[in-house]
Amino acid sequence: MISLQATMRGGRAVQDSRPWPRHVIDQTGWLRVIREISKGHGDMLDLWSDGVDVHMLILDHESSDIGIVTIECPNGRFPSAGHMHPPALRLERAIRDIYGIDADGSSDERKWLDHGRWGVRRPGVKAEPSEASGDAYAFLAAEGAPLHQIPVGPIHAGIIEPGHFRFSANGEVVVRLEERLGYAHKGIEGLMVDAPLDRAARLAGRVSGDSTVAYSLAFAHAVESALEIEVPPRAIYLRALMAELERLANHIGDIGGICNDASFSLMHTHCAILRERVLRASQLCFGHRLMMDRVVPGGVASDLTMEGAVALHALLSGAKKIIPRFIELFGDTTSIQDRTVGAGRLRSELAKQYGCGGVIGRSSGRNFDARRHPGYAPYPELSFKVASAHAGDVDARVWLRFDEIKASFGLMEQILDQAPQGPIRIESLPTSSETCEGAALIEGFRGDIFVWVRLGAAGAVQRCHLRDPSWFQWPLLEAVIEGNIVADFPLCNKSFNCSFSGHDL
Amino acid sequence: MRKFLFQGLLRSPLTEPVPTPADAAVAELADALAKASRRRLGRSLSIREVDAGSCNGCELEIHALGNAFYDLERFGLRFVASPRHADVLLVTGPVTKNMREALERTYAATPDPKWVVAVGDCAFDGGVFAGSYACVGAVSEVIPVDLHIRGCPPDPVTLLQGLIALVEPRM
Repeated sequence: MISLQATMRGGRAVQDSRPWPRHVIDQTGWLRVIREISKGHGDMLDLWSDGVDVHMLILDHESSDIGIVTIECPNGRFPSAGHMHPPALRLERAIRDIYGIDADGSSDERKWLDHGRWGVRRPGVKAEPSEASGDAYAFLAAEGAPLHQIPVGPIHAGIIEPGHFRFSANGEVVVRLEERLGYAHKGIEGLMVDAPLDRAARLAGRVSGDSTVAYSLAFAHAVESALEIEVPPRAIYLRALMAELERLANHIGDIGGICNDASFSLMHTHCAILRERVLRASQLCFGHRLMMDRVVPGGVASDLTMEGAVALHALLSGAKKIIPRFIELFGDTTSIQDRTVGAGRLRSELAKQYGCGGVIGRSSGRNFDARRHPGYAPYPELSFKVASAHAGDVDARVWLRFDEIKASFGLMEQILDQAPQGPIRIESLPTSSETCEGAALIEGFRGDIFVWVRLGAAGAVQRCHLRDPSWFQWPLLEAVIEGNIVADFPLCNKSFNCSFSGHDL
Repeated sequence: MRKFLFQGLLRSPLTEPVPTPADAAVAELADALAKASRRRLGRSLSIREVDAGSCNGCELEIHALGNAFYDLERFGLRFVASPRHADVLLVTGPVTKNMREALERTYAATPDPKWVVAVGDCAFDGGVFAGSYACVGAVSEVIPVDLHIRGCPPDPVTLLQGLIALVEPRM
């Protein structure tokens, strides 16, 4: 039997693919890869197209190697991965909508991002004009006498991103939830084509506003890998500082949001205050509350001043005092525990199958954290613990966020202590004489963000693909809500906090 | 929990002084807000937020308006769950084509008199997403806009300055 690793290293190796090799394999190899992944021998971390071929990012469990395999699609078709490995289904639907490349044998022929509103079909390749009157969408059936449907969205009651949820319920109990996404599709991969690097970096920073640092970092890493650039050491530390600030702000906001969805507003109010303090410190240190456009290919755009470092130390010492009190408040309030314990339980087998990252995966038995593996500077030099739990319910996801907040405190202190002095940015980026490819996996607050970029000889982006962790989390939300009551959906949903914009691109 | 509540009684509020409305916002609104309608509504406005495909950055800052530092509700401004209850639509994003109809229908569902505030650079002209096959661009291309609050994203003070201009008597 040929192992997954051997298959990943088979076929024809593509030149100038960094840091992970990319191999063009034949149909037999492709099918073997899918079979091995569906047996659980590896994780499918992404499936995407550049308009010509289809690529898959794989983590092999045996060797812990990461690699990209490519199948050529001369007839605009490739063998579906989704029919054996369901996590691929939506990615295949997206590839068909944008690039017109069909997954042969897929069990889901419905469109996904294309709602029939763009006025074109297959905008990623040879766009064909079409009527923009909107397509009908066939939701999956849930049949039985007492069932009723509850359609929600795309506009929701709160200040939330757009998306549609179709509940089939038996009284209060949800029998099936089906999501319909794509409402926030902005055509970012299309805008990336031929974009100069600075514009492309701004676009990457706006894929999902709450993860702007992580996306900018992932894009910068991918470009730097492609061009083989070394970033100044101080920039590496400042990037990690921003990334941890972003993680902190989001986790605090999420804990407050989850409590708010169970009407525990005291916690929400205090979390909102702490989150605001983090954003103000970010503004003071880096000149933008969300730190947009501060991580750029080649380094960072603004340096941390002495004043900024003092402000961060003050923020940290205050936060380290208040977080244990939040923990006490959350843990001692039985009425909130009554809502969170046992709600929206994600089985570890499902989390594993979907290669689910972030808090969601790690509170259901996974321990994947891109800061650890594949790992990137400066994290190998810093000491931190990757928290993991098995309960998989809303409660576990809250506690795991607390654990990650505490880990971020430790990381930020180490970064502030160890950050070397020196330049923060490479003045002018080199250009490659030939086409080159780079990729990166970066741990955002939601999980691992993947960016793949192909740069042309002129230094502009030829193709860029960005995969949000939500791709492998949204389908699991459908699974965990089954058997819960409708009123617990906001709670479960907030505890996942998947991105609409990041997913819809 | 008792400790938290008790401290809340003793400590002075975190809420910050009222920012003065931005001049540009006032000028833009002068035409849009007739005195009569302002009198009818008093100093209280209900706001329905519509994300027309933003990156979620604007939403984060709109959320922040509710925290103790900005305390939006002291101005009589509050977010409501339905356009049927709203006086103001707060719209973000480059209006993706997939959201266009939803935005139009939300506007139609909002009773008169109503105002539209377009928040963020995307809502102004499509921002970095302008020119995409999947985006309409400016909110004003879909529904009439009374006030633009620029920024990527606008910070909460900028948002407050714009929104206060809606409820404060004209200078």
